[in-house]
Amino acid sequence: MNAGDTAWMLASSALVLLMAPGLAFFYGGMVRAKSVLNMMMMSFIAMAIVPVAWFLYAYSLAFDDDVTGGLVGGLGHVGLNGITPETLTGTIPTYVFVVFQLTFAIVTVALVSGAVADRMKFVAWALFVPVWLTVVYAPVAHWVFAFDTEDAKGGWIANKLGALDFAGGTVVEISSGASALALALVVGKRVGWKRDPMRPHNLPSVLLGAGLLWFGWIGFNAGSALGANHLASLALINTVAAGAAAMLGWLAIEVLREGKGTSFGAASGLVAGLVAITPSCGSVSPMGALVVGAVAGGICAFAIGFKFKLGYDDSLDVVGVHLVGGLVGTLLIGLLASNAAIELLGFGQPGLFYGGGLDQLGKQVVAAAVVLVYAFTCTYVIATVIDRLIGLRIDEEHEITGIDQVEHLETAYDHAGSSTGGLG
Amino acid sequence: MKLVTAVVKPHKWEEVREALAATGIAGMTVTEASGYGQQKGHTEVYRGAEYDVSLVPKIRLEVVVDDAEVEKVVATITGAAKTGKIGDGKVWVIPVESVVRVRTGETDEAAL
Repeated sequence: MNAGDTAWMLASSALVLLMAPGLAFFYGGMVRAKSVLNMMMMSFIAMAIVPVAWFLYAYSLAFDDDVTGGLVGGLGHVGLNGITPETLTGTIPTYVFVVFQLTFAIVTVALVSGAVADRMKFVAWALFVPVWLTVVYAPVAHWVFAFDTEDAKGGWIANKLGALDFAGGTVVEISSGASALALALVVGKRVGWKRDPMRPHNLPSVLLGAGLLWFGWIGFNAGSALGANHLASLALINTVAAGAAAMLGWLAIEVLREGKGTSFGAASGLVAGLVAITPSCGSVSPMGALVVGAVAGGICAFAIGFKFKLGYDDSLDVVGVHLVGGLVGTLLIGLLASNAAIELLGFGQPGLFYGGGLDQLGKQVVAAAVVLVYAFTCTYVIATVIDRLIGLRIDEEHEITGIDQVEHLETAYDHAGSSTGGLG
Repeated sequence: MKLVTAVVKPHKWEEVREALAATGIAGMTVTEASGYGQQKGHTEVYRGAEYDVSLVPKIRLEVVVDDAEVEKVVATITGAAKTGKIGDGKVWVIPVESVVRVRTGETDEAAL
């Protein structure tokens, strides 16, 4: 065990865990006042369900010795069997690795919830979370994050294909974005979508959430080095560079289009850049990260318009920000992976712009496409089955009343009487 | 007695209040209101999606005055609230049958 590595990974786990409440504020601010508690609870319930499932069996599915030619891990670590405080993964205690990876799973499933704001039964969401974790997240995490070791064989994307995905552009971003699209299609559009204005009720909350996400994302990306080392420093600087460049990229598009930069655009651009640098933070240079961020910010600012053209109600733009941003970051590796970063990383090929040819780009395309199709298909089936079993949607009347009141027996704000002490 | 009701731009409200105080008007009722006239609201943009917001914030003030003071009060309000731009607001006057001061039971002019 290395104390420095372990200290950094303890800190990283805490940082990434904070992303879930950060996401709750980010998403919560974007919905109408009558839905904010439900939106935040969708992230919070993931913080309760995912750890239980992860410790019971999902960690094993993701990281135990492969049983099917790179598709899924075995059941050797069910109930964390065989893992003690002394067990090591690399230079850190395996317990720390288990929790660090758990925090990724929490954030990923919570991201999906943005597609179904205002209208999904809470019990249906609470059922969707563990099923999706089992069918989609755990296998895909195995494909990408489980590397071959002396003790265990890992997944096909990491070991056979050789696509680069440092912190989860495919596992986290593409899988959550593609799943969000599938879930939004099965759940259907909100009552009054395109007709009624559904403006975000609290943009300061969106900015707070985006800030917390950036803070947590340091652990997400630099923690993915699994140690306090040179690679972590590269991931750190790239995470800061891409977030900054993407905020500017999104705002630049807004200024060109509307003449003004919005706070919502700044927060959205930041997150789009962090999404895009997630897969690429270990394989591009800081200058490359500026390019990744700026490109992601610009493209995602346009991509959020897809839903209006194509007619699906991805309420909070999980597709436009996470799927599209994840694709941008995953594919740009094929162009921008630098020789120095690849040398530090120890595997992979430099990108096209660094003389590496199209080899790495091809691998990136395959990894992105397979994860996209797998996550979309599985989620569509899971959502359809849950819909048949218990129904996914609340009543139209309840949706108009407000999901907070009917699903949680609460409302977020007491406006009447808040300053007068009078009639409220 | 007359009820003078005015809807003015929020940033002009303080000037209106000071101008009315200078004319000796003792009190008024003020409400935050929203509405629109010829300016038809405004546009807001959220992640590239434009929303037409038809209601814009206004201040509504109501003051009951003696018949003899109506013209002066209306002129004071319109003078202080005017910017010359669209959306400056409206002032209207309607008759009041009776007024009672709750604390003393005084009525009509004595209660103003």
